[in-house]
Amino acid sequence: MFLGHRNTVPLALRREIAPRIGQALVRLAALVWLVPILWMLVASLRSQSFGGPGMASLIPDVAPTLRNFVDAWEAADFPRYYLNSVIIVAGILAVQLVTITLAGYAFARLAFPGKQALFYLFLLQLMLVPVVLIVPNLTMAARIGLYDTLAGVMAPYFASAFGTFLMRQTFAAIPRELEDAALVDGASVLQRIRHVYVPLALPAFLAFAIVSVTAHWNEFLWPLMVINSPDKRPLAVGLAAFTRGQEGAQAWGVIAAGTLLVVAPLLVLFVLFQRRFINSFVTSGIK
Amino acid sequence: MPSPAHVQSTPGAAVADIAVNDVRVRLRRGVRRKRRSAQRAVVALGLLLPSLAVLALFTYAPIVQVVWDSVHTRRAPGIGASFAGLANYQAILADAAFRNAAINNLIYAVGTVGPSLVIALGFALALARSTQVNNLLRAFFFMPVLIPLVAAASLFLFIFLPNVGLLDFYLGRFLSRPPNWLGDPDVALYSIMALTVWKNAGYYMLFFLAGLQAVPDEAYEAAYLEGATSWQRLWHITLPYLKPTTAFVAVIALINVVTQVDHVFVLTKGGPSDSTNLLLFYVYQQAVESYDIGKAAAGTLVSLAVLVAVTAVSLGTLENAFGGRT
Repeated sequence: MFLGHRNTVPLALRREIAPRIGQALVRLAALVWLVPILWMLVASLRSQSFGGPGMASLIPDVAPTLRNFVDAWEAADFPRYYLNSVIIVAGILAVQLVTITLAGYAFARLAFPGKQALFYLFLLQLMLVPVVLIVPNLTMAARIGLYDTLAGVMAPYFASAFGTFLMRQTFAAIPRELEDAALVDGASVLQRIRHVYVPLALPAFLAFAIVSVTAHWNEFLWPLMVINSPDKRPLAVGLAAFTRGQEGAQAWGVIAAGTLLVVAPLLVLFVLFQRRFINSFVTSGIK
Repeated sequence: MPSPAHVQSTPGAAVADIAVNDVRVRLRRGVRRKRRSAQRAVVALGLLLPSLAVLALFTYAPIVQVVWDSVHTRRAPGIGASFAGLANYQAILADAAFRNAAINNLIYAVGTVGPSLVIALGFALALARSTQVNNLLRAFFFMPVLIPLVAAASLFLFIFLPNVGLLDFYLGRFLSRPPNWLGDPDVALYSIMALTVWKNAGYYMLFFLAGLQAVPDEAYEAAYLEGATSWQRLWHITLPYLKPTTAFVAVIALINVVTQVDHVFVLTKGGPSDSTNLLLFYVYQQAVESYDIGKAAAGTLVSLAVLVAVTAVSLGTLENAFGGRT
């Protein structure tokens, strides 16, 4: 894996002052970076939820309370938002895994006319990210009857140029002999993909899944455009509406609690599978 | 007509016959090869079809649509459109809000890409060695990447809150009159930029960390023996090795500058007095709030032109950097 194992201090760095200053600075920066997250944790458990000068304090209260979570849970339909987000994320990933596997194999292993041109046509999606095309995509979603549906949120992401690229690289590195053996046994293309390539590409699939799930769990603008009914909102859209409501009431503790509800699943997964997350994101580069 | 036996009896004819046979075999092989390559093309097309269908619906067709929309006007939504030439482009160029959004986006780009890259590089240099402490610090810097931009904005809403917010609570003591971070048109864009840097620096750090792995130890050792100072090593060894990584990260950062505006929705909605309006937010306003699809389309195409120009210039570097990594 990429992030590695240089555990001995390189000779060139020994007995130097600059690296030590750097170390001190970076520790200070880490504290600054943590402040918003720390505040979220502390404030969400703080009893005095309605403003007040002590609201900003980063020192946890003596008597923590879950009151803010109860209020947040009642103020917005978080269970529904969770369900919608899970459906969207899972639906996108399920279809993507199929499309990128098939396309990745075609680009990695088959020779056919126009291959290069088609590949560039795929890569076009990296530049023309669906976010930029929200307006015409909305017209399209409406035209094919997907306006205000969860399927409409998912549809533009069913194909993934990044995923196709990743699978092409992964499949190309698998020895051809393995496939030839299956070919001799009379396996069809789909059988060869399913039984030879897919099992050997699991780490790449996992890396892709982490990036895809994170991206779509966090997505805001496109669902905001496509979804009209409040009960079809995913978490990010629900949170924005929720924040707007609570901001008027100055209920900062409740906002912190609501935000924590949205970010918790990914942060917990990250804490559990840190190395996998980091390696996936290095591979991601292009989302 | 000579019988086959007769033909075979002369040596010359035998050679000719072999040649004919050879041609036949080659022809047959050629036909087979052609058939096989046609088969392969059909298989390939079948495998690519699901992806291509989605791309056609949500990438290629929308491009055509947006170009078409940008040269047409509708007097009201739903009513037939009429050809308008470049009127929509003239309209957005004449629109102070659009020019403002473009300038804001430029400031936003300069003010986020540069600082994020420098900070990310600094983090990576300081945390290049994989120790337990360093791994923990890397994790801290990376966490904002996993937080939705909207959620980050919800938190920063309080951080930037006048008087009672985090910034004023802790920093206000050192400033005689702390600015209204989101309420002052001269400051708001910079506050938003701070959020962007906080959110993305950890992501870019990962690429620099990966890039640093590729700098050979020998280069450092040699520099050390030559008596180079740490700054000289940074300038003459580390940074040159990181050039492809830097170009690659810069492209990602620039794409983010054009495509990520979620925080504007929560924090300022483009205000105060349009000071935080960015191109994509302007497009959203035109489409959703003013129902002016023509202007929205023209705005989209301008943003796209910027994106394509940025990416096209760096595509070569990008491919190299990526190819070397996987």
